[in-house]
Amino acid sequence: MADSSATTIMLNGDPYAIDGGVRLVALLERLGMRPGRLAVEINREIVPKAGYAETVIKPGDHVEIINFVGGG
Amino acid sequence: MKCAGINLQEKNMQDTRIRDTSFELGGKSFKSRLIVGTGKYKDFSQTRAAVEESGAEIVTVAVRRVNITDRGKENLLDYLDPKRYQILPNTAGCFTAEEAIRTCRLAREVGVGDLVKLEVIGDRQTLFPDATATIEAARVLVKEGFKVMPYITDDPVACLRLQEIGCVAVMPLAAPIGSGLGIRNPFNLAIIIEQAKVPVIVDAGVGTASDAAEAMELGCDGVLMNTAIAGAKDPIAMARAMKLAVEAGRLAYRAGRIERKLYATASSPLTGLIG
Repeated sequence: MADSSATTIMLNGDPYAIDGGVRLVALLERLGMRPGRLAVEINREIVPKAGYAETVIKPGDHVEIINFVGGG
Repeated sequence: MKCAGINLQEKNMQDTRIRDTSFELGGKSFKSRLIVGTGKYKDFSQTRAAVEESGAEIVTVAVRRVNITDRGKENLLDYLDPKRYQILPNTAGCFTAEEAIRTCRLAREVGVGDLVKLEVIGDRQTLFPDATATIEAARVLVKEGFKVMPYITDDPVACLRLQEIGCVAVMPLAAPIGSGLGIRNPFNLAIIIEQAKVPVIVDAGVGTASDAAEAMELGCDGVLMNTAIAGAKDPIAMARAMKLAVEAGRLAYRAGRIERKLYATASSPLTGLIG
């Protein structure tokens, strides 16, 4: 069983509280985000979509989630 | 019957002349030579309506952090189906090659292909590109398999370098982004077009339909714009105007314009005058 105590990560530049041992797929679900519309970087490394289910978010991780917005 | 047959044949020949060749970009072919941005619209519905009216098949988008706090927020791709449109992510807002490369890698991971609009800005006020950093970023991105469309100054040498690196197009600016000043240097554009082995797309600076037509008349392969449409009082009507202008300019270019002359040449016969 993964550590379930609360921990803090940096999510898109701001501190964000999550449960320890949370997987990326669960974080995206909690945020209500569809993998097909976004891309994720953890500590500056891109996480391929196939890896969302296995990737465990560790305390202090810098997580960036991006999507497309209007632009020229 | 024979007469009708000849007429049909002539009609077909004429259609072939009027019907344009398709526009090839990064191994894909497109009918529309207008590429539109998706920024500055009132909402996504207006974005979609303007894009539809423009007839564009390629649309640019920006790459930004998702809004964590506003979960119910709609996604741009819900309005612009990536199966219908070629999504062209840009690196707007990047001031270094590293930032632009990182942005392209993230954009590709979203899953809409490997075509990217590379822009590395060198100055906040003019938003002119940093040519050195753009070339540096293009080199890395091409090696990583990206199909790179770089926004660049109307500098023939910079365009040559980008072409040599393996960019799938070069996109010289007509004037500063969002300025609406039109084609400031048609002579440089003419040189760029003459040297180019890849499509030349005028990117930025178009203000109104005649600017888009002028770019196409010069022999550009396409025009990319955002503000000229989104910032118009009626963006949907302007989207239509731009579609027509790009088509008209292209057709005029292919038709071959007359030479400019200082003096008049009469259009009506000089003989048979009533006298």
